[in-house]
Amino acid sequence: MEQFAFYLFSVLTIGLFLVTVLSNNVLYAMTSLAAGMVIISGFFFILGADFLGVVQLIVYVGAVMALYSFGMMFFDATREIKEKNSNAYLVFFLGGMIALLLVVMFSAPIMGEGIVAMYPSPEGANNPQAVGLVLFTKYLVPFEVAAVMLLVAMIAGIILAGKKMDDSLTTKDENHEEEMTFSLKDVR
Amino acid sequence: MIELSHYLVVSGILFSIGVVGVLRRKNLLMLFFATEIMLNAANIAFAAVSSYYGDLSGQMFAFFIIAVAASEVAVGLGLLIVLYKKQGTLDLDDLAVMKG
Repeated sequence: MEQFAFYLFSVLTIGLFLVTVLSNNVLYAMTSLAAGMVIISGFFFILGADFLGVVQLIVYVGAVMALYSFGMMFFDATREIKEKNSNAYLVFFLGGMIALLLVVMFSAPIMGEGIVAMYPSPEGANNPQAVGLVLFTKYLVPFEVAAVMLLVAMIAGIILAGKKMDDSLTTKDENHEEEMTFSLKDVR
Repeated sequence: MIELSHYLVVSGILFSIGVVGVLRRKNLLMLFFATEIMLNAANIAFAAVSSYYGDLSGQMFAFFIIAVAASEVAVGLGLLIVLYKKQGTLDLDDLAVMKG
């Protein structure tokens, strides 16, 4: 049963992500990406990482995909994307080779012997409890740093996609400059 | 029982799909989608290694990757909206204004 689920999920994710990468329609790409995210959470449930699967569902399928759909309102989504590709086969070849190299590089230490668990999962605790125990003891500082990073991202998102989208962010506002000189004169 | 290498192979295939997407697409939104695919492939590998060695560090790193991906999307989509308002296109060939 587990094997059946694994192979079904892997075939489905590979197919859906291929649609995402190769499709010319933004809506098709986004929909298949969302479906692939849901199925990836299935991988996590097979692996016994229940909390990670739920977080994947909430954050990716819930938040990130909703953000993309909102962003899609600003772009012309129904139009087909026209791209000119100079040499597609070279791209596929290079992509495959780079990925193969990365897999070999990163799987080399794993195949070695004598790997012991640094933070083994606590006895008698189910997955969310164990995650909580490790996250709030060993990984507390990275957790706080991630919180600050999310705050920075939120402020940046609000400022970038805020109400004054007609004004340029890089060039100076002339009215504002006049105001500044006026206030300087005022002080003198 | 599925071996660890099966998960790593699936993760590598998904990562290579993402790499092909990054190399092939010319639309910035599609580049973001390909980046998400690559991050998810890394997440699968982390979760698989964490589960097979009984170590929770892999899952922790997967959480932090999800947090990084969420903030990346928030900032990146803001930048894309500003760029689209300014240039009217998201095509990388049209945006290449620094051609020598």
